[in-house]
Amino acid sequence: MGKRVLVTGLATFWGGRVAQRLEQDPSVDVIVGLDREEPTVELERTEYVRSDQNYSILSRIVKATKVDTIVHTFLVVDSTQMRSRTMHEINVIGTMNLFAAASAAGSTVRNVVVKSSTLVYGAAAQDPTWFREESRRSSLPRTPVEGSLESVEGYVRDFAEDNPHVNVSLLRFSNVLGPDIVTPLSKALELPMVPSLLGFDPRFQFVHEDDVVRSIEFVLEHQVPGVFNVAGDGLLPWSEVARICGKRTIPLPPFGMGLATGPLRRLGVELPPELLELLKYGRGVDNRRLQRAGFNYKYTSAGTVQAFVEALRLRKFVGDEPSYTYERDVEQFFRHSPAVVRETEG
Amino acid sequence: MADPPRPPPTKTAVKRQQAKTASRALVPVAQPAAGPEPLDDPRASDVDEWGRSEHMRELVRRLYDPLYRHWFRAEWEGLEKIPVDGGALLVSNHAGAIPSDAPAIMHGIETELGRPVYGLAEYIFRELPVVGTLWSRAGGVTAQPDNAYRLLREQKQLVLVFPEGTKGTSKNYSERYRLRRFGRGGFVEIAMRAGVPIVPIAVVGAEESMPILFKIPQLAKALGVPYVPVTANMLLLGPLLGAVGYFPAKFKLRVLDPITFDDVAPDQPRYSRSKVMDHSEAIREKIQDALHDMLQQRTSVWFG
Repeated sequence: MGKRVLVTGLATFWGGRVAQRLEQDPSVDVIVGLDREEPTVELERTEYVRSDQNYSILSRIVKATKVDTIVHTFLVVDSTQMRSRTMHEINVIGTMNLFAAASAAGSTVRNVVVKSSTLVYGAAAQDPTWFREESRRSSLPRTPVEGSLESVEGYVRDFAEDNPHVNVSLLRFSNVLGPDIVTPLSKALELPMVPSLLGFDPRFQFVHEDDVVRSIEFVLEHQVPGVFNVAGDGLLPWSEVARICGKRTIPLPPFGMGLATGPLRRLGVELPPELLELLKYGRGVDNRRLQRAGFNYKYTSAGTVQAFVEALRLRKFVGDEPSYTYERDVEQFFRHSPAVVRETEG
Repeated sequence: MADPPRPPPTKTAVKRQQAKTASRALVPVAQPAAGPEPLDDPRASDVDEWGRSEHMRELVRRLYDPLYRHWFRAEWEGLEKIPVDGGALLVSNHAGAIPSDAPAIMHGIETELGRPVYGLAEYIFRELPVVGTLWSRAGGVTAQPDNAYRLLREQKQLVLVFPEGTKGTSKNYSERYRLRRFGRGGFVEIAMRAGVPIVPIAVVGAEESMPILFKIPQLAKALGVPYVPVTANMLLLGPLLGAVGYFPAKFKLRVLDPITFDDVAPDQPRYSRSKVMDHSEAIREKIQDALHDMLQQRTSVWFG
């Protein structure tokens, strides 16, 4: 019997990409995707369930589908997308329910991959240049997204401790850039002038979106338990990031920017508090543990920025119209109608 | 040839710079063990992972050299005791309201031995706009155990640390050349873990280059800085010029015999507290004795 996978956050960038890659894998029998919104990428055989991460529904899904693998990508790390209350519901409550369901008696779950973020390390003056997986953050979490991710990791740790027979891999992703993903950081780099804080030029680390998807695939395939930082090699100053993008930086006052975020947002510049901290102190994470486990990155930090810039140039000509919209009836037809000839059936 | 410090250098300048850094092989480049071919890494500056730029360092050296040679007239003794390769932790006494010893030691070793020196300092530097960035470009690194370990053990660099910290620089002139507590001996533990020798350096002259007459603790508290000194320089030159104008005290730097820790294995999570404190205390005494010896022989603060 092949793998049976539950992907949470199917409509998120990662959920969709991971499901697409899982569909290519013949050893995966069933893919169930869960989200509150419709998928944004074209999927062939993934079964989409619209639901929030309510405990009773989750435990019914886990029980009914007998999934052995959970890929938990339904974690919001971009605080500009929603209110912190909603984010708390999705990140903390959703994760709590998911792991409660996965650890219920008779659960078939044997592999869990969680997509977290290096936001859990924070960014402060007393930080080490490179955070290792076991490093503790040197400041208390100040922003809602950091606080919620910390709680999430707590639930993941508890689950791993209580279920030693389950492979739990927790991936902490650095700043992601790439042709498709949109984050506050990518939006900042798309502005005519790149915002910076006067007198600060911190070092940044990036990871390419392809490396992110590949790393999730890698831990699924090799079943390596533990916590892993996922980030490209090298740190580069923010001014250099702007230079690779072919842009100038526009220095903002380094203090009191918290007050200006509201008005700036109206001007189309979104600088959430965690990005402001990053623009002051930067953050580097040691990426060698995953490499020692056998993973090879395709992009360095500077290479990621370069690839992002090239994609931006191309986007000017191609446009960024969504190429796919989910239509329930059409998807149902292709999956379940007897009129469709399915080769893999049987 | 006067290179502009910050504005984006031309492409050829960048190439030249990269070639220079590569040829000097000063900057460690992480090589994947037996990995596939190296990835494309389109860097546009020579700022390394620690924030240090050899280009900037070069510029600082050029600006600082006249001060080093003609103002402080720095004189070294035992420079050959500093290892020419491999990591080593340089430990020195710390003095002067705005310490003048760190740049002198870094400059001296870099020009004489051609090896980069990374200076560890308190994170408070990073919180200051402009200053923090310049400090980091000029080779300053936040004093943090992981940073020191990586620099010493993995990149085999020279690292300079002042175990007295601000306790050394904030002492009044009347207490000059009396070493403060050497922290909690963390520098010994780092050297043991990294498996590198400690090279003590005794510096005479920094105390007199910017003597502290008294401090204003209330202002320090209000500003959130470790101390606000009133220096003799400020009284003579005014508050602004006095904050940057050093007196031309004669600098003498003596490198003492390196201390190795062959009896303990590197990479241990913890080391015997008593052993660490014994070594820390012994190193402190060595530097203190050397200072006394140097002061005994000194006939003039200005001429040595």
